[in-house]
Amino acid sequence: MAETKPIVDMEGITITFPGVKALDGVSFKMYPGEVHSLMGENGAGKSTLIKALTGVYTIDDGSIKVGGVEQRFAGTGDAERAGISTVYQEVNLATNLSIGENLMLGHEKRNKLGIDWKASHEVAHEALEQVGLGYLDTHALLSSISIAMQQLVAIARASVVKAKVLILDEPTSSLDENEVQRLFDIIRKLKSEGVAILFVSHFLDQVYEISDRMTVLRNGKFVGEYLVKDTPREQTISLMIGKSMESLSDLEGGVKQTLDEYKNHKPVLEVTQIGRRGEIQPVDLTIRPGEILGFAGLLGSGRTELARLLFGADKPDTGTYKLEGNTLTVSSPYIALKNGVAYSTEDRRDEGILSELSVRENMILALQAIRGWAHPISRKEQEEICATYIKALSIKTPSTETPIKSLSGGNQQKVLLARWLATSPKVLILDEPTRGIDIGAKSEIQETIVQLARQGKAIVFISSELSEVVRISSRVLILKDRKKVAEVENTPDFTQGNIVKIIAQGGVNENVK
Amino acid sequence: MSSEKKKRGGPAIPKRLLLTIIALVLLIIIDVIKDPSFLHIGYVNGGLNGPLIDVIRDSAPFLMIAVGMTLVISTSGIDLSVGASMAVAGAVAMQFMHNTNGTGLGSALLAIVLALGVCALIGAWNGLLVSGLGLQPFITTLIMMLAGRGIAKTITSGENTSAVNSAFSWIDTGYVLGIPFAFILATLIVLAVAALMRKTALGMMIESVGVNPEASRMGGLKPKRVIFSVYLISAILAGMAGVFTTGNVMRVTPSQTGLSYEMDAVLAVVIGGTSLLGGKFSLSGAYLGAMIISLLEKTIVWLGISNAATPAFKAIIVIAICVLQSNFFTNALKKMRSKKQSKAAMTAAREGAAA
Amino acid sequence: MSAATVSATRHTKKKFSLPVSKIPAVVAIGVFILMFLYGQFAYGKFFRLGTVSTLLNDNAYLFIMAVGMTIPILTGGIDLSVGAVVALSSVVGGSLAVAGVPWYLCALIMVLVGSVFGLLSGTLIRYFDMQPFIATLATMYLGQGLAGMISTDPIQLLDGNAGGLRNFNYTFTLYDGRKANDLDVSVALLIAIVVVIFAYWVMHRTRSGRTIYAMGAPSKQSADLMGLPTGRSLQLIYLLSGTFSGIASVVYVAGVGKAQNVMGQGWELNAITCAVIGGTIITGGSGYVLGTVVGTLVYTTMNLIITRDGRVPSTWMTIITGIVLLLFVVIQRLIIVGAERRTRTATLASAQTVDPSAAQTDVSAGAGAGTGTGANSGTGTSRPGAAQATQRE
Repeated sequence: MAETKPIVDMEGITITFPGVKALDGVSFKMYPGEVHSLMGENGAGKSTLIKALTGVYTIDDGSIKVGGVEQRFAGTGDAERAGISTVYQEVNLATNLSIGENLMLGHEKRNKLGIDWKASHEVAHEALEQVGLGYLDTHALLSSISIAMQQLVAIARASVVKAKVLILDEPTSSLDENEVQRLFDIIRKLKSEGVAILFVSHFLDQVYEISDRMTVLRNGKFVGEYLVKDTPREQTISLMIGKSMESLSDLEGGVKQTLDEYKNHKPVLEVTQIGRRGEIQPVDLTIRPGEILGFAGLLGSGRTELARLLFGADKPDTGTYKLEGNTLTVSSPYIALKNGVAYSTEDRRDEGILSELSVRENMILALQAIRGWAHPISRKEQEEICATYIKALSIKTPSTETPIKSLSGGNQQKVLLARWLATSPKVLILDEPTRGIDIGAKSEIQETIVQLARQGKAIVFISSELSEVVRISSRVLILKDRKKVAEVENTPDFTQGNIVKIIAQGGVNENVK
Repeated sequence: MSSEKKKRGGPAIPKRLLLTIIALVLLIIIDVIKDPSFLHIGYVNGGLNGPLIDVIRDSAPFLMIAVGMTLVISTSGIDLSVGASMAVAGAVAMQFMHNTNGTGLGSALLAIVLALGVCALIGAWNGLLVSGLGLQPFITTLIMMLAGRGIAKTITSGENTSAVNSAFSWIDTGYVLGIPFAFILATLIVLAVAALMRKTALGMMIESVGVNPEASRMGGLKPKRVIFSVYLISAILAGMAGVFTTGNVMRVTPSQTGLSYEMDAVLAVVIGGTSLLGGKFSLSGAYLGAMIISLLEKTIVWLGISNAATPAFKAIIVIAICVLQSNFFTNALKKMRSKKQSKAAMTAAREGAAA
Repeated sequence: MSAATVSATRHTKKKFSLPVSKIPAVVAIGVFILMFLYGQFAYGKFFRLGTVSTLLNDNAYLFIMAVGMTIPILTGGIDLSVGAVVALSSVVGGSLAVAGVPWYLCALIMVLVGSVFGLLSGTLIRYFDMQPFIATLATMYLGQGLAGMISTDPIQLLDGNAGGLRNFNYTFTLYDGRKANDLDVSVALLIAIVVVIFAYWVMHRTRSGRTIYAMGAPSKQSADLMGLPTGRSLQLIYLLSGTFSGIASVVYVAGVGKAQNVMGQGWELNAITCAVIGGTIITGGSGYVLGTVVGTLVYTTMNLIITRDGRVPSTWMTIITGIVLLLFVVIQRLIIVGAERRTRTATLASAQTVDPSAAQTDVSAGAGAGTGTGANSGTGTSRPGAAQATQRE
């Protein structure tokens, strides 16, 4: 198989964003009829590489050859014409159109009078049949079927456009096990037809189940290309994070000592049966000062939804909310902040930073919001706040007046942390505070969180990296399918594996049917 | 170090202000070339007069709408109804003085209060629809732009209403220390708005909401109230602009008063360096922008071009500025430069090799 | 999850059901019929060939403009310059005709004036990142200004060559009824019918039309990421709306027999109103050419009733139009908000129907069926996201 000529041959790809080298001389090859996984932690450059290959980004340096022909993609249309088709994690189809129309967009069958809808729907139907969805009505609106089905429709579109290369970017993050198996059947079928498939997933088991070969990236750099069957999982993980397995287990369980201190404190936040239709089923939780409560669960488990309810970003349908013994109706972030609950959002770019505003303005925003527009924070006080947190969190910024968008991800995150700390919160909810930032900044932020807990803050810590949750939490609340399934003390012998088991079983003591 | 900090902080705005001032001077030079008497300043009946004095007096309504529009655009909205609000304000004031035969100062003040009050209602209506219901700003204010003229016509029963009130007229045509009062009052109002924006936290909140309403909400701001407030302020300022324009001629023409002022406002904002996509705003930029529009209007008359053609000039300037600011243009410029550089490098290399 | 969805889709396949996006147009037809019945009942002489003929012939220009406006609105854009294009095009055509240029050539030039303006707007939006309402606001004033430069006096198209432009208003009497109750069809109306058919063909039978629909999808990057030629289509959209305005100008000028620079002021509001009444969602994504035709019928009938009634002062007309448009836009908004809420509930339902045993075996299975569509249902701006897909610098 490896002897055939590569269908995709990327050499020395470099892409620079303002201030960051997202990709630095990365090479990447794919062969017809193989499933190739792209591995790396968040921020390793996986999505940037995909976007270079699909023509979303233009490359600053390097060459892309598809089928031996040098390509210079100016847009997604160019890539599609070269035979590259992509299915993104968030379905990127037109939900306002029908299933058939979506499948055929840009490739409708035509006759003398223009588009022949009958023929087009027939082709669409055939394409659906190929992925085992022949029973779907091609005339139905795309929005009338579930996201998982839409994902399969997007894959079916690849066969309509006769793709030679199919890129699947986290295709399984919203699928259940049956759907994943169905997807894998389709992938195997396409593979046997000679399509090269690029598979990106953060589920290691799925990668090992389906792929032949993998390329590992780390911090925008090429680490190596490996045959999956010859590379043990432990090795893959250490390649991805650049540390050996031994040092990994050292890190784990490193902290865990806040455990005893908080037990004597009175709970600062108590919620009972707080829930919101369609997002999270009613949950009870208590948190004491000095404690780090970890939320563990996979993507879509409801962890962010629960955090948003605690902060008033969404209004709960049910439940009571008690802060330091007082019952509250937290109907907006303003009320939450005013009462000492702060929430650092999962989506730093769209719900966190105010990109055009300065570091100073970003830092004082929440405090100013609490005080109200008519009570401006004096310039002097603003400067003091900035100086304090720039020092305390060792934020690297040219000046306080620099627009926050020109800072690195880690420093942006620290500015946001400063924003919440400036409001002197009693409860601090951190949703993926370490996502997409480099390892150094990551451990700094983890350390800061532990210190904050020691100073008596109650912290909710959410991360998709279970190892991180286990490393610093005092208790772990485990969520699955928008439901709380367990709450466990993080005793020294508690590991990631325990969490995984609980999620798989859907609870701790429940007997599995 | 501290001076360097400042430079890093905001080099864009001072440079832009400089460009605006250059544009002002250029326009004056064009006028002077056409007829040097443009610079003539005389003194008659306790006031200065001359073309330049006309320019600063006539800038008053532009200053009002430019400042209001700057705030609205900063929240990534737009207020197309400012011209119609001017007509409504004028109609309310004129009809009130006409009906009551009010010729005194009290009557003039009451007329102004009424006019601004009605405009505040218009602004509140726009603000509620945009912030409360989440309608698109352009469609909401477009409806008001056209329906507003209907409202003005309904107030005056379709007539062009005139009134006699020397106090009201003095607002636009009077002098204080020889300087047109309209200009002084407008400048004071702009300063008051600037103080409201920069001495409180409102300005930052408006910018924050303009950059990203959802992130602002998560930061504890109340984007709906902020958005509501800018439409309210914009409409009240437009009402004041209506008072200025109708005070000049003491007559309101519902179909003409304030016509195409929304374009003037957009133009002032664009000249003033506030991005049409929202975010950071500059009131000093808007101030100079309004001055340029006033001067431009005068220039067009001075050069003897038909009044009806004025909108075309303004449109061309808006288009030109937007084109110059676009990524497409700056990228093309960069490419040209890098090509030149690489060419230079290549020739240098060749020369080096030859040597 | 599949079991439920499967049966649902199968079900719809067998049973005929009306697509949600077509409901507004059907409702508009109902409203139209009711209005006509009301008109007949209250004022009489509505169900007459003469009334229907006048309604259609006199409003031929509005049908054309409204259909033209529908296309940009489908992508979430707008063309505010349509009224100004009518003004400029009429003045250009009128002065050329008076100067002796053959009338058919004048008509062609009038249409081309619209095309040029459409191209200009499209270019500003496509290459220079101007928002549609800003770009077309600028071209609107450009058109008004240029029209004013050419002439501020009404240009009468009397006899001879200039009168030739009025040929477009030539009327065929198909059925000669009693008491002037004729069924008349003007050339203008025929042109409008051709335009409607053409627009329908472009939108539903060409790939460009499908791309335009895809560009109106809730996720604005989708069309781009599917590799569709969105840039070219943006240009086409405004070219079409501009050209249609040019045609509308020819038709209108032929009808009134004069050209003037203040013609067409505020017509953009009328055109938008017709499109919106006909079921085109003002934020894009959904709407039909034929829906707009129905919307225009409703709108013109409403005007007819108001005129017949005679009690409403003419100064109220724009206010009424504004209120009607606002009403529809608000209803659309409420429907969309309601639909978002329903999606949220539906997500929960699908999450609960997951067979728990499916997820026991493997670590990777835990992803669950929930999808988190509701997570970003706030007031959210699309700006940062949209910028990310297309532009890197």
